[in-house]
Amino acid sequence: MITEANKPLLTLRPDFATIADWIVPESSVLDLGCGDGTLLRYLKNKLNIHGYGIEIDTHNILACMKNGINVIHNDLESGLSGFENASFDYVILSQTLQAMRNTEYIIQEILRVGREGIVSFPNFGYWKNRLQVAHGHMPVSSTLPYQWYDTPNIHLCTLHDFEQLCQQHQINILERRVTNHDRKVTLFPNLFGVLAFYRFGHTTL
Amino acid sequence: MQDSDSIGIVSPQRVYFDTPLNLRSGVTLDSYELVYETYGELNANRSNAVLVCHALSGNHHVAGVYADNPKSTGWWNNMIGPGKPIDTRKFFVIGINNLGGCHGSTGPVSTNNKTGKRYGPDFPMVTTVDWVKTYTRLADQIGIECFAAVIGGSLGGMTAMQLALDAPERARHIAIIAASAKLTAQNIAFNDVARQAILTDPDFHGGDYYSHGTYPRRGLRLARMLGHITYLSDDSMATKFGRELRNGSLAFNYDVEFQIESYLHYQGDKFADLFDANTYLLMTKALDYFDPAQDYAGNLTAALAQAQANFLVLSFTSDWRFSPERSREIVKALLDNKLNVSYAEIPSTYGHDSFLMQDDYYHQLVRAYMDNIST
Repeated sequence: MITEANKPLLTLRPDFATIADWIVPESSVLDLGCGDGTLLRYLKNKLNIHGYGIEIDTHNILACMKNGINVIHNDLESGLSGFENASFDYVILSQTLQAMRNTEYIIQEILRVGREGIVSFPNFGYWKNRLQVAHGHMPVSSTLPYQWYDTPNIHLCTLHDFEQLCQQHQINILERRVTNHDRKVTLFPNLFGVLAFYRFGHTTL
Repeated sequence: MQDSDSIGIVSPQRVYFDTPLNLRSGVTLDSYELVYETYGELNANRSNAVLVCHALSGNHHVAGVYADNPKSTGWWNNMIGPGKPIDTRKFFVIGINNLGGCHGSTGPVSTNNKTGKRYGPDFPMVTTVDWVKTYTRLADQIGIECFAAVIGGSLGGMTAMQLALDAPERARHIAIIAASAKLTAQNIAFNDVARQAILTDPDFHGGDYYSHGTYPRRGLRLARMLGHITYLSDDSMATKFGRELRNGSLAFNYDVEFQIESYLHYQGDKFADLFDANTYLLMTKALDYFDPAQDYAGNLTAALAQAQANFLVLSFTSDWRFSPERSREIVKALLDNKLNVSYAEIPSTYGHDSFLMQDDYYHQLVRAYMDNIST
């Protein structure tokens, strides 16, 4: 029988591919705000990881179940209390950070539960965003597709802002990747990068 | 009326065991019978069997109807059948009446071969541990080495969990619905009030009402009324009955005045007609005793270390008797053991009874989970 779970996954969203690049095969992964479970399903099938997704949206939970991945209904805002310290190799927060109320808390929780954290978010410092602000408007784009009044994104930040937060919390940034429509950005990333990806860990004393 | 995708006419089967069963209470039962029903076909590999464990007042009649009574629809008929979430075109589904029950399996109502009298109060206490033993013996009998899934709601969910611990190699998937890893003090308290209603009924006669030609009907009726209140939610009662009066005006006496009273009396009466009081006592005790973490100094994570199955855990938001928090404790312990588990909290208004109701999201979740079980 062909079910969602055994249907082949032909292409992976480019932002997921960037994250998948960083995951070591056979590792354990916790995906926060995992959506329909596409990333986890890919990681499970291709890299044989053992993982769980966390979701609050009922449609997404059902989609995860159809995708045959482990999904746990949980509100990220209340932290990861159901998870023990250092119980995962990676904890992923993909394009959800900017929509969280307790941003600092979740970053701390990621590093409590995971050996490493992987976070991606839309870069507010992208020049087109800056231009829209300079013209007196809140930015609307493919990565920030909402109007100011209906956006779930309440904590937007730039690369500099995120790195500053990491510094304040003594978080060790292990790797950064910045992209603009599937292309890597190396020159002035805070200006030309649309999406930012960070892999980080505890500061080794 | 029968829905088009119903399983149709079914009939129970009976199996006799003469291998003594050592019960957790220390008592040994020399022989016993189990009654069960099956739906769908067991495949050639014998790998598509799904065992459904029943709740407190449940039985083996899970789906379909009996030929002689078109109203006798199984208690989980909305979940099990061709094309339903637990699809009988794919799975071979087994419903079983627990040992100690009053719907055919050996229990207090049965005749004790040694005495020629009904067991009555002499029927030993049974626990989820004992039921799991009987389930595996039944599986042996049918030739099922490993269930594709063992599924249950409420006490049934707890029994499914017990099977994952006591016979880990005998189930690939375990679904624990609207259940708990142990009862709270409040839950035990409710059970005790229910039991006291029965035990103090003058017609109870120490449980031997069979030979006195009486029946502790009032006690059982009260027990069920109390239970029923706790299985619903305040909201569902308010929506369904509110403060609606039966006869339109206050009568200022102790007869039934409010619709909710009328409803509870009806439920109590119906139940007292169908159920045995001794079985009700036994089953509530089995609920109280369930606590797999007990042997591990209260550490559920340690208790679940033996489990090997994949798990589905479901809870309902309005269930205050087995609240989502209780399910989260199970999920936490499964996660600690790095077992495969999915958990969903289902928005609901019907309280604990939600697990028996037709709800789209709930049924879609079960369907999605079951669809991905390879047989």
